[in-house]
Amino acid sequence: MKSNGLKLSIEIARVHLFSKPKQTIIAMLGVTFGIGMFIALVGLMTGLNNFTEEITMTSSPDIHVYNDVTEPRKSILEKENPEGFNLVHHQKPKIESPKLRNVNKMVELIREDERVLGAAPTLSSQVFYNYGPVQLNGNILGVEILEENKLFGLRAKMKEGQIEDLLTNHDGIIMGKGLAKKLNAKKGDRVVITTPQGYTMTLKIVGIFQMGIGVVDNVRSYANISRVQTILQQDQSYITDVNVKLKNRHLSKTVAAELQGKFETRAEDWETANATFLTGVIIRNIITYAVSFTLLIVAGFGIYNILNMTIYNKMKDIAILKAMGFAGGDVKSIFMIQSLVIGLVGSFAGLIIGYTLSVLISKTPFNGGDIISLEHFPVNFDPRYYIIGIVFGVATTAIAGYMPSRKAAKIDPIEILRGQ
Amino acid sequence: MEKVLITNNVTKYFYEPEKFQVLKDISLAVNRGEFLSLVGKSGCGKSTLMYVLSTMDTDYEGELEIAGVRLTGKAQNELAPFRNMHIGFVFQFHYLLPEFTVLQNVMIPALKRGQVSRAETEERAYEKLKILGVEEQALKRSSKLSGGQQQRVAIARALINNPDIIMCDEPTGNLDSYNSQVVFDIFHQLTHTHKQTIIAVTHDEEFARKSDRVVEMSDGKIINGLHK
Ligand SMILES: Nc1ncnc2c1ncn2[C@@H]1O[C@H](COP(=O)(O)OP(=O)(O)OP(=O)(O)O)[C@@H](O)[C@H]1O
Ligand SMILES: [Mg+2]
Repeated sequence: MKSNGLKLSIEIARVHLFSKPKQTIIAMLGVTFGIGMFIALVGLMTGLNNFTEEITMTSSPDIHVYNDVTEPRKSILEKENPEGFNLVHHQKPKIESPKLRNVNKMVELIREDERVLGAAPTLSSQVFYNYGPVQLNGNILGVEILEENKLFGLRAKMKEGQIEDLLTNHDGIIMGKGLAKKLNAKKGDRVVITTPQGYTMTLKIVGIFQMGIGVVDNVRSYANISRVQTILQQDQSYITDVNVKLKNRHLSKTVAAELQGKFETRAEDWETANATFLTGVIIRNIITYAVSFTLLIVAGFGIYNILNMTIYNKMKDIAILKAMGFAGGDVKSIFMIQSLVIGLVGSFAGLIIGYTLSVLISKTPFNGGDIISLEHFPVNFDPRYYIIGIVFGVATTAIAGYMPSRKAAKIDPIEILRGQ
Repeated sequence: MEKVLITNNVTKYFYEPEKFQVLKDISLAVNRGEFLSLVGKSGCGKSTLMYVLSTMDTDYEGELEIAGVRLTGKAQNELAPFRNMHIGFVFQFHYLLPEFTVLQNVMIPALKRGQVSRAETEERAYEKLKILGVEEQALKRSSKLSGGQQQRVAIARALINNPDIIMCDEPTGNLDSYNSQVVFDIFHQLTHTHKQTIIAVTHDEEFARKSDRVVEMSDGKIINGLHK
């Protein structure tokens, strides 16, 4: 009996939808447009987010351990008299070495931790690269190349040469692709480097790498630790940074805090280091959802209007249906079905439009320039967003349709019938 | 005689724009197969009484019973299926659903009831259309029919669930004399050969005179025709 009533409601709803095809299509297009834009926007935005996150994450450590010489230093007076009111005028910064103390022991202890994937000690120096007439500003990173590979997947980033070539060549360097291109230097060439302190050395390019990030590829070279120590004219224990990768990146904050306490030095997690980047992600997400919601709300108002108009035009029909034994709920279901059909068909068409747009965007050539190596827009095709899209679409139309439908259910047939 | 409809002291007030008693102690009993005309001056409360009798208006005092079921105090959700099964309606304006075909219009109350199969419903609808002489129009959109034809379709629709009672508010009020005569003849035939009970509000004196029983109202009261 009940299912029979529903079947009849569906049939009546169908006739209503088909008898005013223009109205129905316009209502659907509103939803289609909203969902289509949502899918395309969310695909592009999350695609960009994922892409930048990936390259940022692969090139930056989960935890960066270093000696923070810029941290404000307590005066002797404050140390001696912590409770008192102390005033020290013109305190000069102390000349402090960025050198990490007891690095070998530290690295050993860090590597023992179960949560740690790898810990790579490094040091770096500002240098000028000279090759023929060209002189370029850049830096040189002293690394244990195999550990560095474990952390950042260097092997996959090699364009020419092997990472092992660095182990056999004591004066070898692996150079960023952008830097090599600007120098017009190739694998096997020798380049001269000069430090700001005036130290000069000739090094041989044994390999070329490309991370895909301009700020790295255009300035950086990798060398052996001992080589960079020589360049800086420091002894063999001189290490300024330890980069740590964890098995689970999301533990970074806790582990960083532990390390900082244990070794009495600064340990910064990636979230803190990349705060601006993460804020960017959040802002992009907010924009995406705000725009999509706005579009959907506009579509919702469209449906609300059209359904209200339909109900207004069908007052007499509603009255007669009620006289013939349709209860308020039956009338409500007739109009709810209409808005749900508009919502479902509209959203589904929206998914198709959104997918098509996404494909087109992902095929659009895009020049990332020097900053990032990118040929097309990265677009996310995660099915989750398609499910969210259809749920949004149907929910919006259900809400927009509910109010007019309830009004229709409450129409008093006597008032309509007497009105004539 | 079997009573199809009984009211007991039905009283109704309107409160807008001011309190005023529109129905005063209406007690009426209608026999099965009776063709009853309800007459009276304009504004005396005929339509108001019809809405109470039809169960669409539940805001009254007194009692109402149709086909042995006491309906006073029931909620609209219960009354809707009751109307569907026991009451047929014919109005002055034909009130067909304009987007549907004639056949669909006639079938809808039966489909709503959901007691017999669709095929049987269709067969029954054709049968009713035939009684009314409009079976050729079955597949036309109802809005394409003439006024007289539409009223006949509305009567076929009122008949589809074999109701205990058909209620009409000025069924010929919008028809010319020829079509009025046709509708009257159909009613006459229905009551005399099919034992159908009909209550019709009318301003048509001839229509009233020819029916089985005339109940006259004045100022919210029945002043004539309680017993024939
Ligand atoms: N909703 C309402 N609120 C207030 N007064 C009403 C309402 N409906 C009807 N009335 C009044 O009740 C009285 C009876 O109206 P009703 O429609 O029953 O008259 P009627 O006998 O059917 O008249 P007619 O023959 O012109 O159709 C009239 O005076 C009318 O103005
Ligand atoms: Mg009236």
